[in-house]
Amino acid sequence: MSKEKPHTQIAQVPTGWQTRSDVAFRIVVHVFGAAVVVLLGAIVFEVMRHAGGSMLKYRLGFFSGSVWDANRDQFGIFPEVAGTLYTSFWALLLGGFLGVTLALILSQGFLSRRGELVMKNVVELLAAIPSVVYGLWGIFVLVPLLRPIAGWLNDHWGAFPLFSTRLSGPGVLPASLVLTIMILPTITAVSREALAAVPPRLAAAAYGLGATRWEVIFRVMLPTASAGIFGALVLGLGRAFGETMALAMLAGNAQTFSWSLFSPGNTLAALLANHFPEAGEYEVNALMYAAGVLLVITLTVNILGSLIMMRATAGLRGLR
Amino acid sequence: MMDRSDRYLLRILFATLGTALLLLGCNKGSSGQAAPAASSAAKTETETVITLQGSGASFPAPLYSRWFREYGTKNPNVRVNYQATGSGAGIKAFTAGQTDFGASDAAMSDDEIKAAQGNVVLLPMTAGHIVLAYNLPDVKDLKLSREAYTGIFLGEITKWNDAKIAKANPGMKLPATDITPINRSDGSGTTFVFTQHLTAVSEKWKAGPGTGKSVSWPAKAAVGGAKNDGVAALIQRTPGAIGYIEFVYAATSNATTAWLENKAGKFVAPTPEGAAAALAHVELPEDLRAWVTDPAGDDAYPIATYTWVLAKKKYGDKAKSDALKALLKWCLTDGQKLSKDLHFLALPDSVTSRVIKAVDGIE
Repeated sequence: MSKEKPHTQIAQVPTGWQTRSDVAFRIVVHVFGAAVVVLLGAIVFEVMRHAGGSMLKYRLGFFSGSVWDANRDQFGIFPEVAGTLYTSFWALLLGGFLGVTLALILSQGFLSRRGELVMKNVVELLAAIPSVVYGLWGIFVLVPLLRPIAGWLNDHWGAFPLFSTRLSGPGVLPASLVLTIMILPTITAVSREALAAVPPRLAAAAYGLGATRWEVIFRVMLPTASAGIFGALVLGLGRAFGETMALAMLAGNAQTFSWSLFSPGNTLAALLANHFPEAGEYEVNALMYAAGVLLVITLTVNILGSLIMMRATAGLRGLR
Repeated sequence: MMDRSDRYLLRILFATLGTALLLLGCNKGSSGQAAPAASSAAKTETETVITLQGSGASFPAPLYSRWFREYGTKNPNVRVNYQATGSGAGIKAFTAGQTDFGASDAAMSDDEIKAAQGNVVLLPMTAGHIVLAYNLPDVKDLKLSREAYTGIFLGEITKWNDAKIAKANPGMKLPATDITPINRSDGSGTTFVFTQHLTAVSEKWKAGPGTGKSVSWPAKAAVGGAKNDGVAALIQRTPGAIGYIEFVYAATSNATTAWLENKAGKFVAPTPEGAAAALAHVELPEDLRAWVTDPAGDDAYPIATYTWVLAKKKYGDKAKSDALKALLKWCLTDGQKLSKDLHFLALPDSVTSRVIKAVDGIE
């Protein structure tokens, strides 16, 4: 207040520096925006370019074959595709249930505001743990923990296809469980947002009509947020498909597929991680084909998820 | 509302972090690329420090890095940079001219030599053996006949108390546990040497999976682990597991290892002495590329191998080739004395003299 500068006014013509930096900023933003699109295009192009040879050679037999033998140039990814879908299915089932439950706890006033904040951050912290650490945790903690349980299930329920083998070490179950934990933050965060986006007056109206909290959650909140929750599940699924390191360490890297939860399996991402460094020319082509398949699966799932999310928020716009 | 602005801040924070990491990564990449260029620049200016880039096999890496470190302290004008990327990757980088020398447990195939325009000499530097480590508490010094261990990896023998295993171990109490054969999930020279041996001793293996840096493992219960240490860790954590690893890794992880039946029908403990006996029976051919697929001799341990350094015949850079020749010669003479401490085999004089002659031919 003591030093008054007469030349600084609220309204003034932008200085040359301001205009230039404004333009520069706009250019930078556009370039980076475009770079993302170009990058994705370049990745797809590069993968397809290298995959071309083996796509022509193996065609659809690539999906049904289950031999991966670089010595004989025989490549098939049936066990990997099946393993990717199978582990992701279990992860989605468990992770979806847990994640949506958590989202409800975090958004429906079960906890104090402080408690909600703490829980929310703890769940989001799960996303900050490196994949390798999950893998090691799986090998050193989860597998020894599961082994006796799996052994018991196999002894008593061995006729049931899911329990038809014994868990020796790495396998579908530890892999799926670790995946579950890894996709939990995504599912929880996105579903929580979907639930929080439900206009409070809807719940208030339901309470006003005499509904219990249980009824409000299951009849009002969940159905209204269902599209958003579905989107969360799809995003989680996309994450599960692409997960690499933890699965390379836990799935067992076996070129077989079995319905048993305790048998070793493999996933596309783990196959790529394991075979790339030492692959020869033909194997690299086949790996690129496999990478293309994974890319298509993941992209489809993600685009689907985004579309559903968009529809979900669009549907709610009128309610606000 | 607080929540949203918080997230915004976080996003900015992560974006900054990400950019910083990216820049760091770029820096690292470019400095890695720039190293040889920088060294040649330094050489022309002061004629002092020469950097030799090498990459390849991970099995001899403990010995190589010791060698190169010791040599570097004695000869401060030479810096050797060795990356244990794996045999296949080492061959690729060497052929593409990214490194000055490569290293491989599987030497180089004829096709790979052709890809390098024949401008390559294969130099056996040290040797080691592959052991079968297993996880059966209370079972020590298990003896495995050829029928037994090929049967295990073929998936024909699935229980530890199988008659084929019990036959060679009279009086030993073998549990009825399932066998989990563990193999390398990544391509590897170790796998090459091991499958090469199985191919040599078993017709069924030859007709089935065959020999390669990675093969299609027939056993249904087979599980893959990454790298030697990954396999060693899996064996340790999995009751009833058996897997093949380089002796160094078994020795350092205190794994229990099996005696194997050799060509002469004798069971031999997986000791360095047994491996040395195996190599003693091999006559190296002109190109120094010999595999010991199934050594003869009563005391020979059946799965032993040389491991090779790949050098160019002609470098066209006298300072570099001289430095490399001096280094390799040192490794083959004084360096061999370090082998034993690190659980590698010292090559006999009859072999090193021939390898040194090959080193002399490098220009």
